[in-house]
Amino acid sequence: MAVLSKKLDMKVVKNCKEQSDWTSVCQLDQLMENYGQCVQLNQEQVAIFRVSGIEKICAIDNFDPFSGANVLSRGIVGDIKGVPVVASPVYKQHFDLLTGQCLEDETVKLATYPVRVLDGVVQLSTK
Amino acid sequence: MVGQRFLQSLFQRKLTENFEVITFCEESRPAYDRVHLSEYFNGKSAEDLSLVEENFFESAGIKTHIGDKVVAIDRETKVVLSLSGERVQYDKLVMATGSYPFVPPMPGHEREGCFVYRTIEDLQALTQAAEHARIGAVVGGGLLGLEAANALKQLGLKTHIVEFSPRLMAMQIDELGGSLLQQKIEELGVTVHTSKNTSEIVDGDVCQHKMVFADGDCLETDIVLFSAGIRPQDQLARDCGLEIGQRGGIVINNQCLTSDNSIYAIGECALWNNQIFGLVAPGYQMAEVVAASLEGDSAEFEGADMSTKLKLMGVDVASIGDAHGKTEGAKSYSIIDEPNGVYKKLVVSEDGSQLLGSVLIGDASDYGTLLQYKLNAIALPEYPDDLILPQRSGASFALGIDALPDSAQICSCNNVSKAQLLAAVDDGANTLADLKSCTTAGTSCGGCSALVGQILNSELEKRGVTVSNDICEHFPFTRQDLYMLVRSEKILSFDELVSRHGSGRGCEICKPAVASILASCWNEHVLKKAHAPLQDTNDRFLANMQKDGTYSIVPRIAGGEITPDKLITLGKVAKRYELYTKITGGQRVDLFGARVDQLPLIWEELIAAGFESGHAYAKSLRTVKSCVGNSWCRFGMQDSVSMAITLENRYKGLRAPHKIKMAVSGCTRECAEAQSKDVGVIATERGWNLYVCGNGGMKPRHADLFASDLDDAALLKTIDRLLMFYVRTADRLQRTSTWMSNMEGGVEYLQDVIINDRLGLAAELEQEMNDVIDSYQCEWKTTVEDPVRLQSFSHFINSDEKDSNVVFVRERDQIRPAKQEERELVVES
Ligand code: SRM
Ligand SMILES: Cc1cc2nc3c(=O)[nH]c(=O)nc-3n(C[C@H](O)[C@H](O)[C@H](O)COP(=O)(O)OP(=O)(O)OC[C@H]3O[C@@H](n4cnc5c(N)ncnc54)[C@H](O)[C@@H]3O)c2cc1C
Ligand code: SF4
Ligand code: FES
Repeated sequence: MAVLSKKLDMKVVKNCKEQSDWTSVCQLDQLMENYGQCVQLNQEQVAIFRVSGIEKICAIDNFDPFSGANVLSRGIVGDIKGVPVVASPVYKQHFDLLTGQCLEDETVKLATYPVRVLDGVVQLSTK
Repeated sequence: MVGQRFLQSLFQRKLTENFEVITFCEESRPAYDRVHLSEYFNGKSAEDLSLVEENFFESAGIKTHIGDKVVAIDRETKVVLSLSGERVQYDKLVMATGSYPFVPPMPGHEREGCFVYRTIEDLQALTQAAEHARIGAVVGGGLLGLEAANALKQLGLKTHIVEFSPRLMAMQIDELGGSLLQQKIEELGVTVHTSKNTSEIVDGDVCQHKMVFADGDCLETDIVLFSAGIRPQDQLARDCGLEIGQRGGIVINNQCLTSDNSIYAIGECALWNNQIFGLVAPGYQMAEVVAASLEGDSAEFEGADMSTKLKLMGVDVASIGDAHGKTEGAKSYSIIDEPNGVYKKLVVSEDGSQLLGSVLIGDASDYGTLLQYKLNAIALPEYPDDLILPQRSGASFALGIDALPDSAQICSCNNVSKAQLLAAVDDGANTLADLKSCTTAGTSCGGCSALVGQILNSELEKRGVTVSNDICEHFPFTRQDLYMLVRSEKILSFDELVSRHGSGRGCEICKPAVASILASCWNEHVLKKAHAPLQDTNDRFLANMQKDGTYSIVPRIAGGEITPDKLITLGKVAKRYELYTKITGGQRVDLFGARVDQLPLIWEELIAAGFESGHAYAKSLRTVKSCVGNSWCRFGMQDSVSMAITLENRYKGLRAPHKIKMAVSGCTRECAEAQSKDVGVIATERGWNLYVCGNGGMKPRHADLFASDLDDAALLKTIDRLLMFYVRTADRLQRTSTWMSNMEGGVEYLQDVIINDRLGLAAELEQEMNDVIDSYQCEWKTTVEDPVRLQSFSHFINSDEKDSNVVFVRERDQIRPAKQEERELVVES
């Protein structure tokens, strides 16, 4: 069945943890451009985005403080006046993908996470 | 109507605080909109037609005697006496008794099956009689007679118009215009008999009646409807000795005072300067004059314009001012365009500087402009005939809105001036629908709508509210422009469109809009790699996101018809995945609380049992609600369930600017509530009546009757064209109801485009719809068969764990998302 074959792929990626505080999360080519994915990093949820025109992979909290749901990876990626953003799928606030800053409410800023790509593998760090 | 306007004006001027106001009304209900009376046949109820806002009388402190008629006025003691015996003392009396239909006193006019057309009760009686009738004849070919004939036709009768003079609308239009109009009316399927003087009505041989004409001809008919003019209701005034005109009517002066200066008369019962005004606008002006003079102002009635535009399906007729050129020295211009059935005539003053009158048949689009020339005495261009000649050079002589003075009356029905419209724009009305609802301009006969729209646009532009209709910062285009670009340049992806015509990466406004346009044009799978990042989260997972990030699943249940086996499958699946189950408002079943990773598993089971995507997540066709129809119901006229299923299967998957809902009812009892849908279909004895642009939701709108008695093929064809035209021309996230409210020319324009193919688009629209239908796929079936697409259906890309933030509690034996306080308890324990 189709669904199972996908889950086998997952396991391979999941097990290649490194000794440092970098965690490998997926292959770079698993990430579609401008289409978020959610990563489990220890007990946290991180939304990661491969954005067209930006070298690095962007990573911010997956938790949407406005709706209280873990959904930011499912938002639409774009830009507002040149700032790369994701729009919350629930109530449509925009978050700067590079800084985590909410454009509609300056008191809200999401955590961001360091990301690197090593031999085609995407790695995240908790810092 | 006029009486009610008077009471409103008293209230607005706060005069109800100074006066004790008492009103008598002979009819069994408070004032209603007679001008739109015919819409009763399109489903408007007596309540819809009411002109009295809820609690108006209570809050204004006006005492009402509804259904009680005044029978005598004692001017000596200043007392009125009502039929029920009520006696009321007055200081001032306002008579607004209206008029009654004139029935020529020919032998037989009182036979059963003879009707008039003035009150809701008249229409109710007519509807009842029409159920057992096949043929109907209207006596009188004036404005009202044509409207009444249209009503008989809508009731399904073979319809005749019998006119005494040699042409239709003899009062308003000239001979040439009359014969062209007759031709148009006959094209609608109504037979016109002119120069026919009915001498008597006797028993018919095949029908209930036989009308015998003076020239010996006769006509058999089941129903006779008299519409031979009106007579002022002046009996009361006569009885108490007020001055009455030679041919009836209560004589009034410029203050609307009768020969007794404690008594006013307004509306159709009043005779001013030897004229009766059979239209509502002059009556409203009289009402304002009386209210103003009671307030102490010296207002005067100075006559009123009698221009009219006919509000008939598919026939454009308008007449302005002195249509016959009776003014001394008047000269006229006219053009006839036989191939297109258009006749236009201008009557101008001797020196050619002023417009005196006009007749427009077949194309009344210049009505608003010409009326303004007349009403505001605007100087005509050097060659006045330019105004009616076709503009082949591209030059336009349409009146610049700026040429109108602020005092110009734009809406004559509701007396709204240009200044009032500007003030409303200042206060923030920036759509046509807003402007209409806050000023009431354009809400009666609708003749001024186009002009109101032009004023709105030009004002917004002037205010620098550059009504940027651009969809967002990434495209300097409207949604409609983008649609045409995608179609004409055969653009297949967002990236291609943004690189050719836009800038940046796009955003959550333009991306889903373009995704929808691409889908309407080329109908590719929405999760194809190029399209997936454009989709709103619901489309992205082909399910509806709920408040806690889980999803709901709505399989298609076309027409609401479902087999027991399929019901059992739904039950089994819901039980296996522990989903909350609810019957929706759209006659289907919604399964809530599925995690993204469960969606494909659930759908595999549903697809195996024969279900398809219900597109509850998409801006596309939702449901076609049905009633049980003639297979079971004893009242059913046609098989509404089969038709609903046909429609649902035909249009499923069509992506549109917003969601589309439909319904099919098996008879006029309307159990499927079709008149609240974007597309509503109601069975008749002879086929289907099609209603369009209805809405439930936030701002309910009754659908408009669009076409009658269609057969199956014609119904589908009309809906094909209509939907594709909506897809092409609507704004982003604009339901058909708002699309219609903002459409210049309203439903008549839409009928012209869709039914009469005025823009020559019909074949193209049908072809485009066929392409969509032919390329349908069940999005879920394609998805579960494609391992690549399935990869996106997991909460984490690097783990099989579930989202720990999703917590359910149980209520009434099912799950629901935990509330915040419950969530804390669950986490603690
Ligand atoms: C499930 C359902 C309620 C129910 O439990 O019965 C429902 C649920 C939602 N409706 Fe509805 N509507 C449902 C029938 C209706 C109806 C009744 C009908 O279709 O007969 C209406 C009024 C009729 C109409 O649309 O004219 C209705 C008028 C709305 C509106 C207001 C639309 C408007 O034009 O004013 C919205 C908001 C919008 O679309 O912008 C809305 C939006 C929604 C959304 C999508 C709100 C949201 O963004 O989350 C809800 C999520 C659906 C889901 O499955 O998670 N829903 N909604 C009904 C699904 C019917 C179905 O089988 O597809
Ligand atoms: C089908 C139809 C379509 C029309 N279309 C248009 C149009 O497109 N444009 C336009 O401008 N006009 C139109 N008209 C005309 C318009 O309706 C009238 O001009 C308007 O109703 C006149 O208002 P009114 O108040 O003078 O009379 P009405 O509206 O008739 O009101 C008079 C009221 O007084 C009551 N009454 C009479 N005698 C007594 C009494 N003794 N005691 C108590 N109550 C009494 C009557 O029962 C009635 O309710 C149309 C009329 C009809 C019937
Ligand atoms: S709309 Fe008419 S046919 Fe349909 S169920 Fe109701 S009564 Fe029966
Ligand atoms: S002129 Fe009739 S609605 Fe405005």
